[in-house]
Amino acid sequence: MSTIEYTSRPVPQILVHEVHKPRLSRQWLDWVTTTDHKRIGIMYIVLTFVFFTLGGVEALLMRSQLSVPNNTLVSGLVYNELLTMHGTTMIFLFVVPVMAGFGNYFVPLMIGARDMAFPRLNALSFWLLLLGGIVFYASIFWHPPQAGWWSYPPLSSKLYSPGGGQDAWIFLIHLTGLSSLVGAVNFYVTIVNMRAPGMTWGRVPLFIWSILIYAVLLIIALPVIAAAVTMLLTDRNFGTNWFNPTDHGSPVLWENLFWFFGHPEVYIMILPGFGMISEILPVFARKPIFGYKAIAASTIVIAFLSTLVWAHHLFTAPMPLVVLGFFMLSSFLIGIPTGVKIFNWTATLWRGSLVMTASMMWAIGFIVLFLIGGITGIFLATFPVDWQLNDTYFVVAHFHYVLVGGAVFTIIAGTYYWYPKMTGRLCNETLGKWSFWVTFIGFNLTFFVQHALGLSGMPRRIYTYQEHMGWSTYNFISSVGAFIMAAGFVMSFYNFARSYKTGKVAGPDPWKANTLEWFTTSPPPVNNFDAVPRVRSVEPMRDIRLEIEAQTGALQKTGGSEQFSRV
Amino acid sequence: MALFLPLAAGIFFASAQTASARCCTLKTGASPNATAIATLYDIILGLGVSVFLIVFAFIAYSVWKFRAPKHPVAAQFHGNTRLEVSLTAAATMILVVIAAATFIALPTIIDPPNSNANVGSVLSASLTAPVPPNGKEITICVMGRQYIWRFTYGANCNKTAWQDRLPYSYQEMEAPAGEVVKLVIQSSDVIHSWWIPALGGKVDAVPGFTTYTWFEALHAHELYHGQCAQLCGREHAFMTALVNVVTPAQYEAWLRQQGNAIQSQNDQVAQVRRYLVKQGILTSSGNF
Ligand code: HEM
Ligand SMILES: [Cu+2]
Ligand SMILES: [Cu+2]
Repeated sequence: MSTIEYTSRPVPQILVHEVHKPRLSRQWLDWVTTTDHKRIGIMYIVLTFVFFTLGGVEALLMRSQLSVPNNTLVSGLVYNELLTMHGTTMIFLFVVPVMAGFGNYFVPLMIGARDMAFPRLNALSFWLLLLGGIVFYASIFWHPPQAGWWSYPPLSSKLYSPGGGQDAWIFLIHLTGLSSLVGAVNFYVTIVNMRAPGMTWGRVPLFIWSILIYAVLLIIALPVIAAAVTMLLTDRNFGTNWFNPTDHGSPVLWENLFWFFGHPEVYIMILPGFGMISEILPVFARKPIFGYKAIAASTIVIAFLSTLVWAHHLFTAPMPLVVLGFFMLSSFLIGIPTGVKIFNWTATLWRGSLVMTASMMWAIGFIVLFLIGGITGIFLATFPVDWQLNDTYFVVAHFHYVLVGGAVFTIIAGTYYWYPKMTGRLCNETLGKWSFWVTFIGFNLTFFVQHALGLSGMPRRIYTYQEHMGWSTYNFISSVGAFIMAAGFVMSFYNFARSYKTGKVAGPDPWKANTLEWFTTSPPPVNNFDAVPRVRSVEPMRDIRLEIEAQTGALQKTGGSEQFSRV
Repeated sequence: MALFLPLAAGIFFASAQTASARCCTLKTGASPNATAIATLYDIILGLGVSVFLIVFAFIAYSVWKFRAPKHPVAAQFHGNTRLEVSLTAAATMILVVIAAATFIALPTIIDPPNSNANVGSVLSASLTAPVPPNGKEITICVMGRQYIWRFTYGANCNKTAWQDRLPYSYQEMEAPAGEVVKLVIQSSDVIHSWWIPALGGKVDAVPGFTTYTWFEALHAHELYHGQCAQLCGREHAFMTALVNVVTPAQYEAWLRQQGNAIQSQNDQVAQVRRYLVKQGILTSSGNF
């Protein structure tokens, strides 16, 4: 489907075989049986936000337990279950799949395609994800897993974790892994083959680049964890000894296998967010992204390097010094392309005309928080310093800065940005900004002080601590902050729920944006586009607006600020 | 504008914290390796805070200066290769500086200094224990298990502790001031992590592996806290450790006293056992 005549013809290229009458009464069935990438995308996003809420409740329970020393709200066992459920939920059931949700909805739209390459596989991905979540959460009625999201053996072995929760965890990894793999292949094929005419690699939107690399990383990393958890499964249930130290097995083997997957996984979680930011900033700065090629290239370099840094999670494990040195240097190396991105985003703001929408505020908040998380990452990559910081609250602070301040802030920014496309209605901007400030302040209260806790010696994953350790004040601040942050997120959730019915009608292109998804109506029709325009740059919609201006003389309001910011 | 006040407040808050002690730096002064790590940390902190302030100032200035009502027409430029390359080079330079500082600091962190009991070069978290040149060493074995640390004192403590009747203790380690103590770290069940923040970095205790580290406590009459840093089960939070630093003379006295105490306990147990065997309650191999 690459010919030019197709698109220059004004007649829509739709063949009608038959016409169904709308079945109003069986709408839920339409959702269950759908293979439409937009519906699947919405189901993904709604489902993962439900898991985000569950993970958030678990987090608040943990923070409540830690708010005062010697607390007895939950026991050590329950705390370990909570932290395992929380970490696993947030990673495998929220951040990774929510990116697939946005990818599902927007990849075909942004590249001018009418669906994903394999619509049925696409539906399969979603249902596997749901299944994985159900299997995992069902364990709360028996014995939830309790060995942390790393599940290091021997703690995760049958001897030390006899309950079935660990097996449920393994099952979750398999099901969500399969879901992601199927989805990744689908994204890859779609992006490589189904781009609009004229959309060469140099004109692919940066969000699409990031989803492409996300897919490639999933394909590299997931088979490794699938193999590793299968080995854990046979160790637990069928008498093998891969990781059993009493029978010549090695826990360090698991550590390496796990983190060979685990580190790429963190980039799997953040790269699509980078992509969203690279779409949002130019739209609301009213100018082109600074250094398109550098951003696309740094995405590829990050992906490559991310397979070479896994052992920076093992600096305290039994390993020769030369290995530590290698992984320190490779981790430094990955900081460079990451720095390039931050620099490019900042330069995109420079001399722009910044329209401070809610989406833009979340996006700028992301840059600031991710910057902090990136800088603390350098401390941790320096292995002698990591000998002090590893497994302390400094690490908890670091990865929440990159995962919450990073990934989650991009997700919220992206939701505010694309909500009008998905629902046809605008969110309440004022509430969105309030939500931003409350979350931003709550977030920093929660996690900034945790750096200090780590520096003063508080290990992570402890369910309580003694008064005389001097950790009480910071922990209390952190817990109060967590509830403020939760309130901030709830404001946005409420905003999303309410605006669905009451938001202002958005029209096809409320932001005067740059990419093809804004070419069609909001929400888009089932077939997405009646005609696909020929793409001549990274900003096809801007080209179209300029052309209309040239032909009709009607100003296309590229400023956009009249509508969305108050002077 | 509204964007800045809370951010500025945040920064003020952060720097106010910097002023107060024990928030932003690592522990120093108790042992040379910990002090060296803390110095390295300070260097990175200085660089990191500078980078943050520069980038943040740049963002804050842009947001304030170029907001749409004040700056309605955006400049349309796509990039600037020269600038991009120089900033990449600058970032690389910063990392080169940190890497160089690390390798300069490394010997102080992993090689113990000379002391009365010179133990030579010991690799942290390494798999091979080096042999001290003069054979003089203080070795303490650290054995992790759910949820307590056991310390065995003396050479070969991980091999012939029982035959040699080496003294041992649980949870609280005694250590002599001013001497290099080599730690031999093992675990008998799940993975634990040995860590006394004031005395240096942590080293995992992994079943099936032996790892090593060292410290040289500089001041006697100090009690250092630490706790297991690797999730090891439900009472992980209570797997604490104390290092009680005493003078070498006190240390030797303590070893003798602990050895005698263990010996007399063993004797008592043996006595009870002989009695039970005689009564026919235990078999001679110790079974019921
Ligand atoms: C909503 C606000 C959140 C709060 C208040 C919060 C709080 C916490 C707390 C208290 C812990 C346990 C720390 C410990 O005992 O070691 C934790 C662990 C963790 N969190 Fe969060 N969290 C939040 C959001 C997130 C998000 C969005 C993600 C991921 C995208 C995430 C990923 C993790 C991971 C991976 C762990 C480690 C679990 C483990 O140790 O196995 N958290 N969080
Ligand atoms: Cu990593
Ligand atoms: Cu522990």
